[in-house]
Amino acid sequence: MSRDSTARVLSVAFVLCVVCSILVSAAAVGLSDRQERNKAEEKKKNILQAAGLYEVDVSIEEQFSKIETRIVDLQSGEFTLEFDVATFDSRSAARDPETSYRISPDLDLAAIKVRSRYKDVYLVMAGDDLQQLILPVHGKGLWSTMYGFISLANDFSTVNGFAFYEHGETPGLGGEIDNPDWKKQWPGKKVYDEAGKTRIEVLKGTVEKNSQDAVYQADGLAGATLTARGVGNLLKYWMGDNGYKPFINKLKTAGLKQ
Amino acid sequence: MSKSRDVLLDPLFNKNPIGLQILGICSALAVTSKLETVIVMALAVTFVIAGSNVSVSLIRNQIPGSIRIIVEITIIATLVIIVDQFLKAYAFGISKQLSVFVGLIITNCIVLGRAEAFAMKNPPGLSFLDGIGNGFGYSIVLLIVAFFRELLGAGKLLGFTILPSSNEGGWYLPNGLMLLPPSAFFIIGLLIWALRSWKTDQIEEEN
Repeated sequence: MSRDSTARVLSVAFVLCVVCSILVSAAAVGLSDRQERNKAEEKKKNILQAAGLYEVDVSIEEQFSKIETRIVDLQSGEFTLEFDVATFDSRSAARDPETSYRISPDLDLAAIKVRSRYKDVYLVMAGDDLQQLILPVHGKGLWSTMYGFISLANDFSTVNGFAFYEHGETPGLGGEIDNPDWKKQWPGKKVYDEAGKTRIEVLKGTVEKNSQDAVYQADGLAGATLTARGVGNLLKYWMGDNGYKPFINKLKTAGLKQ
Repeated sequence: MSKSRDVLLDPLFNKNPIGLQILGICSALAVTSKLETVIVMALAVTFVIAGSNVSVSLIRNQIPGSIRIIVEITIIATLVIIVDQFLKAYAFGISKQLSVFVGLIITNCIVLGRAEAFAMKNPPGLSFLDGIGNGFGYSIVLLIVAFFRELLGAGKLLGFTILPSSNEGGWYLPNGLMLLPPSAFFIIGLLIWALRSWKTDQIEEEN
């Protein structure tokens, strides 16, 4: 059989494809458990970090045991039991026409176009009392969609922590949203004013310390105006009427037992 | 013996894939803002070149000429996916930072270039050395670029602060350009200049 005959070409191609696909599937199947565990741990770690509870030496499972996960229907603001907490993923829910919600362009501050109707929220409990409420948020920065968690104290307005766990902003410029020095300004900021209006914003430049609005304002990032604006906008969106506000109002009046 | 040594060591300086052949520039721009990611990327690329060279060389007499490139790419793609899966399982943080660039090793011209130019004509042992050599040649350039980019752009090396930067209370004002991909062009350009000045000197001494 000559080296370039059709039969030879087909048989070499066939054997190669079989061998390669076996290798690839073996690697994918053999390692998938570990990969899934990494992803789940990463998410839990981010939630713990947003809450300021993360400790390096303690196992993540153990630290996460005081956190309760629930799914919220954003429109009604009520908890829903329709989904399995362990498998719910709001990103795939946003892609599914059954569970997604198209945000009208004039309301779409975070520039995400579509979001899930349901979101996973995390409750840090001490006995029966709610200590912190951790909410996933996301929105467009300069280049990328930024995903993060914001943690609120039990007055549902004071920020305990705010951090992004996934973004593709320029390292050193927009990527400074990961800088601990920038992140440490968030604890103590207030999202809502006395009247319940969403006030939180990110300034261009630094906050005037003596201003009466300082408690609602965060410093921008030098050299990353658009990323910082994206952060401000996504907070305004998610903390506003189209985001978690109905849920937060329900929590204030009805508590956890609704 | 001297042939294997040449095959292994030539790609470091004499025939550096980035410096002389200007291959693999895309990833050299993309992943070099930090040393840590570069080390992983360099290991991954070296593994893929060596692996694909050996595999291609082993079956070089079986491969029909008409589908040769497809066969090479299939082998390379398989190795890259395996590397990617391993990184996701055992170096999750770094694989997140490298994101698409691990997958893009498939399109790294050095890998296909060595498979086509060397492994198709040489036995597995030599092809392996050639793969390792070219992997190291690529790695050396990436490490140098990343060294300067991380040091001047963030004042750090491997995440440790070397030059305390002004926004963390130190004296060093980081050069933001160094963190952007175009800065790698300047550094690679300077490297090539240095390499060629050095190499012509060597040739003259030999004469």
